[in-house]
Amino acid sequence: MKQLVESRAHVAYVAFVVHRLSGISLAVFLPVHFLVLGLVIESTAALDGFIAWTDQPLVKAAEAILIVLLCVHLAGGLRLLLIEFVVWNDRQKLFISGGFAISLAIGLLFLLNG
Amino acid sequence: MVSDIKVEIFKGENGQGDFVAYEVPRLESQTVLDVVTYIQRKLDPALAYRFACRVGMCGSCAMMVNNRPRWTCRTHVEEVVKQGQLKIAPLRNLPHIRDLATDMAPFFDKMQKAGGCFVADATVPQHMLEIDPLSAARQEVDAGIECIGCAVCYAACDVAAWKADYVGPAALNRAWTLVKDERVADVNWYLKQVALDGGCTSCHTQGACSVHCPKSLNPSRSIAGLKQAMANAFLKGVL
Repeated sequence: MKQLVESRAHVAYVAFVVHRLSGISLAVFLPVHFLVLGLVIESTAALDGFIAWTDQPLVKAAEAILIVLLCVHLAGGLRLLLIEFVVWNDRQKLFISGGFAISLAIGLLFLLNG
Repeated sequence: MVSDIKVEIFKGENGQGDFVAYEVPRLESQTVLDVVTYIQRKLDPALAYRFACRVGMCGSCAMMVNNRPRWTCRTHVEEVVKQGQLKIAPLRNLPHIRDLATDMAPFFDKMQKAGGCFVADATVPQHMLEIDPLSAARQEVDAGIECIGCAVCYAACDVAAWKADYVGPAALNRAWTLVKDERVADVNWYLKQVALDGGCTSCHTQGACSVHCPKSLNPSRSIAGLKQAMANAFLKGVL
């Protein structure tokens, strides 16, 4: 019997999903990142050309999303390490929403400085 | 109250079947269990479901109500009814027997697998331990010990749905209350039980167990405590 489930509609589950999706996205990004860094082995001009290409607004926006993903993954990981290896704290909702808010703020700061 | 509630109840055997619609009169202070009982007594005597105490002590009447696991005897219709409708199904993650009844055996077997039995120190008769009810360890035990074994947490848990050998939040919560119990003979034995595949390391801290526990227990906290204790035991070389 296939059942529709609504028991996922709470903040800790959202944190779980965001942590997984950000982790997968970063895992996909890393090989591309290393590939781009590898351009310098061919020639510095190739790397410079790529860096110039990243100045486009859409690429900047994608970079901001990437930074948010990185921050949100870091915040989620630190929260889990804290409760699973150090001490439990009942204010999990505050930690989760705080991690999301700080990550978004850092992404916004990156865009404003870009 | 005059309006009726439109109730859909899953009917069938071994996971095969479909939802059947009924109309039940709406009453004041009516619980979901009252609704199911009305249907069995007045509309469909063949309806199978399980209950015993009706007062939130026995843990036998849990069902999926509008797609969420709940203890039906203490859930008022007014809390959960959506546009005059209720959808009631058997508990998720457990083998289906018939209609609203599931086989609870795997749930209790997993409690045993996670070391759910109390094994006291053999010297207790000679050296009776004095347990301070205000001590930190006992307070941690007290925080988790009121579990009634209703399997609501187990039905809410996605890991239990994804991983067949995952023992589940209730079993790990029980193990945590024993790990923190000063009277048990061998704490490391319990830690070895929960360190096995399907034990506490399988939990992804999704927190559905704590959100849905009708007794407001916090199995997520208990599982995090087990992970801490397990890591400490591993670092000390006893695991």
